Amino acid sequence: MKLLLSIVVVAALAAVPLWLSDPYLLNALITTGIFVIGAMSLNLLLGFTGQLSLGHIAFFGIGAYVSALTSLGFSVSLPFGLHVVHEPWPPLAGFAIAVLVSGLCGYLVGRLSFRVRGAYFVIVTISFAEVVRLVALNWVELTQGPLALTSIPPMQVGFPGLGEFVFRTKLHNYYLVLGVAVACYLLIARLVRSHVGRAMRGLMENETLAVSIGIDVTKTLTLAAVVSAGICGGAGSLYAHYIKIIDPEVFAFINTVTMVIMVITGGKGTLAGPVVGGLIFGLMPVALRPVMAPEAQWIAYGSALIVILFIMPRGIVPALMQWFPRMKPVTAPGFAKRGVEESA
Amino acid sequence: MTAAAALKQPAVKTALSVDKVAMHFGGLVAISDMTFSVGEGEIVSLIGPNGAGKTTAFNVVTGFLTPTHGDVTYRGQSLRGMKPQAIADLGLIRTFQRTSVFPNDTVYDNVLIGLHRRGRVGVLPSVLGLPRVRRLEAELKQKAAELVEWVGLGRRADDLAGSLSYGEQRLVGVALALAAEPSMLLLDEPVSGMNASETHTFVQLIRKIRDRGITILLVEHDMPMVMSVSDRIVVLNYGRIIAEGTPDVIRNDPAVIEAYLGQGVKHA
Ligand SMILES: Nc1ncnc2c1ncn2[C@@H]1O[C@H](COP(=O)(O)OP(=O)(O)OP(=O)(O)O)[C@@H](O)[C@H]1O
Ligand SMILES: [Mg+2]
Repeated sequence: MKLLLSIVVVAALAAVPLWLSDPYLLNALITTGIFVIGAMSLNLLLGFTGQLSLGHIAFFGIGAYVSALTSLGFSVSLPFGLHVVHEPWPPLAGFAIAVLVSGLCGYLVGRLSFRVRGAYFVIVTISFAEVVRLVALNWVELTQGPLALTSIPPMQVGFPGLGEFVFRTKLHNYYLVLGVAVACYLLIARLVRSHVGRAMRGLMENETLAVSIGIDVTKTLTLAAVVSAGICGGAGSLYAHYIKIIDPEVFAFINTVTMVIMVITGGKGTLAGPVVGGLIFGLMPVALRPVMAPEAQWIAYGSALIVILFIMPRGIVPALMQWFPRMKPVTAPGFAKRGVEESA
Repeated sequence: MTAAAALKQPAVKTALSVDKVAMHFGGLVAISDMTFSVGEGEIVSLIGPNGAGKTTAFNVVTGFLTPTHGDVTYRGQSLRGMKPQAIADLGLIRTFQRTSVFPNDTVYDNVLIGLHRRGRVGVLPSVLGLPRVRRLEAELKQKAAELVEWVGLGRRADDLAGSLSYGEQRLVGVALALAAEPSMLLLDEPVSGMNASETHTFVQLIRKIRDRGITILLVEHDMPMVMSVSDRIVVLNYGRIIAEGTPDVIRNDPAVIEAYLGQGVKHA
């Protein structure tokens, strides 16, 4: 049942470009897809460990900048007369390094704040995002500051014996984003159903009890932060190579808020939540634009948010699970039922 | 210290020893100069009126509090400076006086979380779903189902722990603690909220746990239960040990009678 629904959804998404050729809409789907990946990564922290990262876009932006700079090359002077020159590398290397660097930042932020947690983590993440934004804005030699990094090459993957494939068109990028999103979804699903996921759940529900049975708080939360930040950095990399231009605006707080809205409305702590919330709030502006003035769009956006949370305080997916109990195994965040093998 | 206790002690190897422990909260002395030990395989009860310092003693032993003075040693290793999860890794596992469950998970999943110590594998192997990890997971699921049965919650396995009666939640807490594979189990008022027949069943459960080779330190207000299940009893009053010995000795100890008559036994 669960597997079937997953296959149907992925197949339906894969079939979209067959009937939808409007480049504007395809573009909206691609950027929404990228943000859905970001929202999924945020959900890993917020929904499965209860830690709110209000600077999550920092990891996205770092991924975008690192990937862009790796593939564009750069030359900077550092203190003590050091001069670093980096020749352009393939975009795929940029993607990998973006994931690693973002993951490392997640590690540092986690280490710094998980000793105290809660509000402290929220503040550290907000500050971190602001600091990174200021660096991107002011380290002009490296990032071009407000002038933006331009001419970022498209993503490119080499197949041994078959040559290089360049994700040049919107269609290519659509499938690239879909593929990465599915991979991230599976990764997160596996993680939260593993023993690490159980430890995260235990910590979220009753930390004292979790600690008393041998669960390591700092280690578990830091791991979640690393994976979450790494995935978000990967999404940032996709964004950079698709949009081909990035500036410090990518770090805007509103982008984090958008991800939080996607997670909360879809249902935090459910695997499908960020996807559902992400598609709704990612595509809503596109749907509203032809029929409404910009100010009215924001009002509609806000109203939709309020209405959803009023009717379904825990989000859309948990509400659906409650209304249609038979659907429960489809998105249940918990663990496999006894005796039934999971095929996540 | 009574003669009976002194005679009994050398017979068994010491599991836990609490040595001159004091715990101060600012000006409040919750425990002062507490010394007692628990032998391997023993069932020892720590009793005393409300506020005597029993839970505080548990918190000190399991690393949730750092004692102001004194030392706690488990199987020859000093626990000074160790974090609770590290102490848990030594096999010293406790339950809590209040909530001892993960309320939003089923009973079965509670126990599965409890199996954390046994289920530890690398992140990468578990994300990749290596055969080794799959086997381990299958084993854990089996083990969790067995434990749920074993404590008598089989019918409740798929209910949310938070929806259970207070007495049943205590059982979940015990199952969870057992899942962590203790060599010594500290139970903080496990039968509070249970009716007489549940308590009776629980006493048998405690004996079964001991028969698995698990040492037990019990905090409980239910005197008949304490008297029937304990090998030895340590009595605390105002943070001090006022008596120690077998149930028979404790029953007739004037200081104990005085402490309880003075305060009355409250059933928390
Ligand atoms: N973290 C703390 N900070 C300050 N005072 C504390 C703390 N923990 C316990 N106390 C105090 O220490 C004393 C002993 O409390 P404790 O909880 O150990 O008693 P207890 O014997 O478990 O009682 P009960 O039978 O009611 O559970 C009480 O006066 C309590 O208020
Ligand atoms: Mg107590």
